[in-house]
Amino acid sequence: MAEKKIIDARGSFCPGPLMELIAGIKMVEIGDEIEVLSTDKGSAAEIPQWLKKVGHEHLGSHEEAGVWHVNLKRTK
Amino acid sequence: MKILVIGGGMGGTILVNNVARSLKDDVKSGKVQLTMLSASDKHMYQPGLLYVAVGKMTPDEMYRDQASLLEPGIQFHVDPVETFMLDQNQVKTKSGKVHSYDILVIATGSRMWPDSIPGLKENAEFFYTEETAVKLFHRLREFQGGKIVIAMGVPHKCPMAPLEIIFMLDDFFKERGIRDKVQLHYTYPIGRVHTLENVAKWAQPEMDKRGITYETLFNLKSVDGEKRMLHSEEGTEINYDMLISIPAHKGMEVIETNKLGQNGWIPTDRFNLNMEGRSNVYVLGDTTNIPISKAGSTAHFEAETVGANIVAMVKFGVPVRKYDGKVFCFIQAGSEKATYAMFNYNQPPDPKAPTRAIHWFKLAYNKLYWISARGLL
Repeated sequence: MAEKKIIDARGSFCPGPLMELIAGIKMVEIGDEIEVLSTDKGSAAEIPQWLKKVGHEHLGSHEEAGVWHVNLKRTK
Repeated sequence: MKILVIGGGMGGTILVNNVARSLKDDVKSGKVQLTMLSASDKHMYQPGLLYVAVGKMTPDEMYRDQASLLEPGIQFHVDPVETFMLDQNQVKTKSGKVHSYDILVIATGSRMWPDSIPGLKENAEFFYTEETAVKLFHRLREFQGGKIVIAMGVPHKCPMAPLEIIFMLDDFFKERGIRDKVQLHYTYPIGRVHTLENVAKWAQPEMDKRGITYETLFNLKSVDGEKRMLHSEEGTEINYDMLISIPAHKGMEVIETNKLGQNGWIPTDRFNLNMEGRSNVYVLGDTTNIPISKAGSTAHFEAETVGANIVAMVKFGVPVRKYDGKVFCFIQAGSEKATYAMFNYNQPPDPKAPTRAIHWFKLAYNKLYWISARGLL
């Protein structure tokens, strides 16, 4: 497994953290992990919903000093 | 001091003109040497492609000679870079010439990447090049009825384009008198009709009002041209009679071949706009990996920041400005109304209802662009 990829989407309104993830997930291998950083609270809910719908694994989310960290694994 | 700008698009052109004007005497005396290398002798107003696709602009209107846009004193060569030798502060061009620099600005832009989705290139229409926009216009003109689907890849240049084309198509077919024979179906990758929440809030009711159907959380996985069927990552299917795509984009090939960044996006500091790890290399516009819109407006405001900093480094030895993430995008909401979205890293956009006045201003900007590219607006 490669080193965890960080998608730093802090301050991103457009295209936004989920769109950054949709683009970024295609740039890692199946089995690789990604951590999305977002200052948008809505994305913290939106990303896990999309992961569930598409079938990737949500490893967990937490908030730290106004930044949401969403961890996931590409599974397909 | 040698300042070298790679790429003659909006960002590179504004930057080099701003620097040339601010350092006019230094350029004249030879203390500062300004050079631009580009792949083309033409400059294209890329937002014009949307209008070409619906027959509201001719291809010729989108172009000016690049040399005519540049301030005196700028050395302009149509000779694209093939090799970046960043450790030596040099680049090598297609003609074999080596250019040295003290400061390098990379503004090579992006290109559409329809090959990223199986079946897309062969079966979809596009409007991101002159050739594809003209072809789409002819297909739309000949279309007699059926289902047109808009589908997109991520990331794509101009995040407003999906909304703009669907609203323009609605008016296009109304003007042709066959709107009742055309189903317009819009898809979008996330759970609303646009990534900007406030834009989605007015766009969705606007679609309802116009009878445009839509499906969100639809990420195109493949296109079956024989069955005229789209398949999504989410497991759903949509049939179509005509597919129009805003495809995923990637950076230019020269960035990839020189291993400056994955998929052609160069890792860039979001505030200083330096290439990561290179204090004398700046990156502008689509070429960066910064998580903001890939749009001419982004390149414009980044160019103003980097241009000011280059001038400051010549005069004070240090940069003076940071880029705050500013973006200003017009949103053409059909053929008679428009609005805009303005935002930065800290402030989300709050677009107002589309008006005719903003539409007229957008039409005026289609001409004013050439002043903007000169760095005067």
